[in-house]
Amino acid sequence: MSIEMISILAAALAVSFGAIGPALAEGRAVAAALDAIARQPDAANTISRTLFVGLAMIETTAIYCLVIALLVLFANPFVG
Amino acid sequence: MQLTAPFDAPVAFALGPVAITWPVIHALLCSLLLVGLGIGLSARVATERAGRLGTSVEAVVDLLRAELDQVMQTNSRPFLPLLGGLFLFIATANLMGLVPGLGAPTAHLETAIALGLTVFGSVHVLGVRRRGWRDYLRSFGHPRWWMLPLNLLSELTRTLSLILRLFGNVMSGEFVIAIVLSLAGFLVPVPLMALEALLGLIQAYIFTILAAVFIGGAIGTIEKG
Repeated sequence: MSIEMISILAAALAVSFGAIGPALAEGRAVAAALDAIARQPDAANTISRTLFVGLAMIETTAIYCLVIALLVLFANPFVG
Repeated sequence: MQLTAPFDAPVAFALGPVAITWPVIHALLCSLLLVGLGIGLSARVATERAGRLGTSVEAVVDLLRAELDQVMQTNSRPFLPLLGGLFLFIATANLMGLVPGLGAPTAHLETAIALGLTVFGSVHVLGVRRRGWRDYLRSFGHPRWWMLPLNLLSELTRTLSLILRLFGNVMSGEFVIAIVLSLAGFLVPVPLMALEALLGLIQAYIFTILAAVFIGGAIGTIEKG
């Protein structure tokens, strides 16, 4: 296999497996936040603000995978 | 909005040895728009004749201030020019990606790096100014002195993640729209563009809130995050 083919495979694997963890984590975070809002509707503002910031933090891991995949595809240091 | 490699910026023209790229021009346009709007409205805001536009600006500023007050748990007025400016610039820049003929400057790594370094620098400057050298440096060994390497590392990684989050989100949104447009054609990516408008505003909000959290941690009003 040439380095280009390996790079394409690596990019696909990075994004697909890198999306699993953050997806599960974001689902759990949203479920917990909804539960908290249902129990205590008064605190909805604080909870949703914290939720947004937390989701952004979780999402960053998926974005890292995306950036690695794009680096491998478009700015690969091993392809001449 | 054309399908180009996400890491190189198309060059508009060369100013001697310096190449001026399109993202730079778009960022300048965005700043000019905001500064022009600000200067044009500053005389009328908070008076009887604010008008429709002036009143909406007042509402935005009030909302930002209330939100930042809650996040920083102190009077956020001294930091409002920086944080509010960041929010308005990023929100406008993200929405510029949806205008035909223009592109989002934040979809390129250089703009995101500039914004992230602005936050990185201002966190330390504001922390030192508010708490003094000794107290600020001591805050890096906060729970125990041996946490110092971890605290220093977190300063770098949180700036890196701030930069990559903004760049990755906006760039991937534009990229997906460009791919769908080239595969499926006219009018098909419109729902994706609506989603991108929402995501652009959310990313601007998150960037501002995280900057506020970092500054709040540096000046000591909230726990360092």
